Amino acid sequence: MVACTCGCGEDELTKQLDKVIDEYRGQPSGLIQVLTKAQNLIGYLPLWVQTRIAKGLGVSLQEVYGVVTFYAFFSLIPRGRHKIAVCAGTACYVKGSKTVLKTLREVLGVKEGQTTPDSRFTVEVVRCIGACGLAPAMIIDGKDVHGRLEPEQIPGILEQYA
Amino acid sequence: MINLTIDNRKVAVEEGSTILEAAKSVGINIPTLCYLKDINVIGACRICLVDVKGARTFIPSCVAPVSEGMVVNTHTPNLIKARKLVLELILSDHPMECLTCKRNGNCELQKLAEEFGLSEIRFEGAKTEYPIDDSSPALIRDPRKCILCRRCISVCTNIQSVQALTVENRGFNSLVAPAFNEKLANMECVQCGQCSLVCPTGAIVEQDDTDKVWAALADPKKHVVVQTAPATRVQIGETIGAEPGTIATGQMVAGLRSLGFDKVFDTDFSADLTILEEGNELLQRVTTGGVLPMITSCSPGWIKFIEHFYPDLLPHLSTCKSPQQMFGALAKTYYAQKEGIDPKDIYSVSIMPCTAKKYECQRPEMFSSGYQDVDVVLTTRELGRMFKQSGMSMTNLPEEEYDAPLGISTGAGELFGASGGVMEAALRTVYEVVTGKELEDINFTACRGITGVKEATVNVGDLPVSVAITNGLGNARKVLDKIRAGEAGYHFIEVMCCPGGCIGGGGSPIPTNLDVRLKRIDAVYTEDERMVLRKSHQNPAVQDLYAEFLEKPLGHKSHELLHTHYTERDHYPKEEC
Repeated sequence: MVACTCGCGEDELTKQLDKVIDEYRGQPSGLIQVLTKAQNLIGYLPLWVQTRIAKGLGVSLQEVYGVVTFYAFFSLIPRGRHKIAVCAGTACYVKGSKTVLKTLREVLGVKEGQTTPDSRFTVEVVRCIGACGLAPAMIIDGKDVHGRLEPEQIPGILEQYA
Repeated sequence: MINLTIDNRKVAVEEGSTILEAAKSVGINIPTLCYLKDINVIGACRICLVDVKGARTFIPSCVAPVSEGMVVNTHTPNLIKARKLVLELILSDHPMECLTCKRNGNCELQKLAEEFGLSEIRFEGAKTEYPIDDSSPALIRDPRKCILCRRCISVCTNIQSVQALTVENRGFNSLVAPAFNEKLANMECVQCGQCSLVCPTGAIVEQDDTDKVWAALADPKKHVVVQTAPATRVQIGETIGAEPGTIATGQMVAGLRSLGFDKVFDTDFSADLTILEEGNELLQRVTTGGVLPMITSCSPGWIKFIEHFYPDLLPHLSTCKSPQQMFGALAKTYYAQKEGIDPKDIYSVSIMPCTAKKYECQRPEMFSSGYQDVDVVLTTRELGRMFKQSGMSMTNLPEEEYDAPLGISTGAGELFGASGGVMEAALRTVYEVVTGKELEDINFTACRGITGVKEATVNVGDLPVSVAITNGLGNARKVLDKIRAGEAGYHFIEVMCCPGGCIGGGGSPIPTNLDVRLKRIDAVYTEDERMVLRKSHQNPAVQDLYAEFLEKPLGHKSHELLHTHYTERDHYPKEEC
């Protein structure tokens, strides 16, 4: 679905966003719910989306942006189809999460917080995922845990995700 | 009442008080940094830690409520150590440019470092690096000096209801800025500068235009005139250590003349003129069924606020320019003609308790003389800086008088410095113009004071005139919402952008808190009472101005020079393709 970002409200994506906003129109307390739904819809929260939400709920853009940048869940940049979350908790850090990140950087050509140009992967660093026994570990798409990672395994793992 | 012990002293305070308040009530001083009474009470900085018996950790006293039987120590050796550690951590990410900082000598962080006798910072590490934002004509943001206390956000959001700033990101990456770290000039920021008053460091300061003024004074071809706002004379003393509320009118005039200004004039003069124009505009609106309530238009932060947030109500604004801009337009027309000076050689400076005035003088509507009507605006703080640079001891100077004709004023003009003053000045004149009778009591005390929204009904002849007065934009918003809802039966509303009015403006000496504001307000009324003439329509220089130049209030020339129009603005960025 292609989005016109001018805010004219004519395109399909904007109409769907407005539907999300309508549920909470004029209600500042609905901010996090609206942001969550908007991100699920659009994939990320660029300026035009935040502005439209701010207007719709009757809050300042500063309020919206402060919340968006506070929670790691929200993203200002387009997300890839697959999210790689590299654990940087204490155990993983000690066992070599830096090497994991370095390898990802070499294989994918992007740093943490970035998305590959083909929109396939977004690489993120997260705090302890509770899989310390598998350190160093990463989770792909929030469900597939890959543990005791060695750098040479990583290209093979990534090939499983189209 | 709750009974507790602080530093072995028995203290009784009301339930709900904080430990900090309880300590203060018996004269025990606990250092604070992020805390700002009634405005910012969030326990962020941890300087105010105290030792509470039985507690697992030290407790931030600014947010911790007292409880019965509590035993508190405020300065154990471990506490001093902890506070020093907090300070060192704050300073480990501070640029340490104190010698070249605008707040040198008047910085809360510097003062704490001095009080704690810090001799070294044990922590070395990454430093916050952000570009300085000097896009706004009024204010400069330097996030490197920010200690993330959030006072600016609190005052902008809770007092002014503008919310042009937020905290972005988290942890070490936290940044106080507009959304997307946009430049202040592109935001709905109204340039009121209340943030610069509450900033404990030099992270938000006024644009310093003193060099421009020194350059003009040094130029023999320039005829440099200066106007001083009503509030400045009750503020300027504080810049050199005088008590708040000190009136230094004559000394300030003498000081300005000594700095080299060719003529020292007074914004009180054009405040009187404003009353005649605005008073007549009100009468015209009442008698011809114009848009009511009419709202005052002297305060440029307020103007920008209504343009951004309530553009539908712009027809309610008086079309009168502010006294500063009326003065500017006349200095380069009426005064230039009268004195035979080419207006291009006149350099017009104004001294204001205000940062938004710096923005106002650059507005495209403010070139009615054919030139920029007011060339440069200095805040009271900057004038204090010029006096310091000159080495002059302003308070020891013999008092001098303002120059004629644009320095002649009445007590009514002086009232513009305090919340309710424009209204009181207007009522003094409107009453006498409409009824033809002399007022028995010219003191409209219902207009006075620092209450957020004041209301009164004054009988002007047969007409009961209903008025409202607000100060602080959060309070203005309440009245504007009433107008929108059709529930405001007022004829006339005075709005001043800053709490307490101009005496509490963003260009005022620091500190400006409630106590200081109240003392300056008292000084404004004292100054009014000292004046021989106290009603704007009795100002002989204004009478001459009409006779020689303007002809009559709301006349053709007035409309050309003294009145303006407003611009609808959005308070969200444009959504672009």
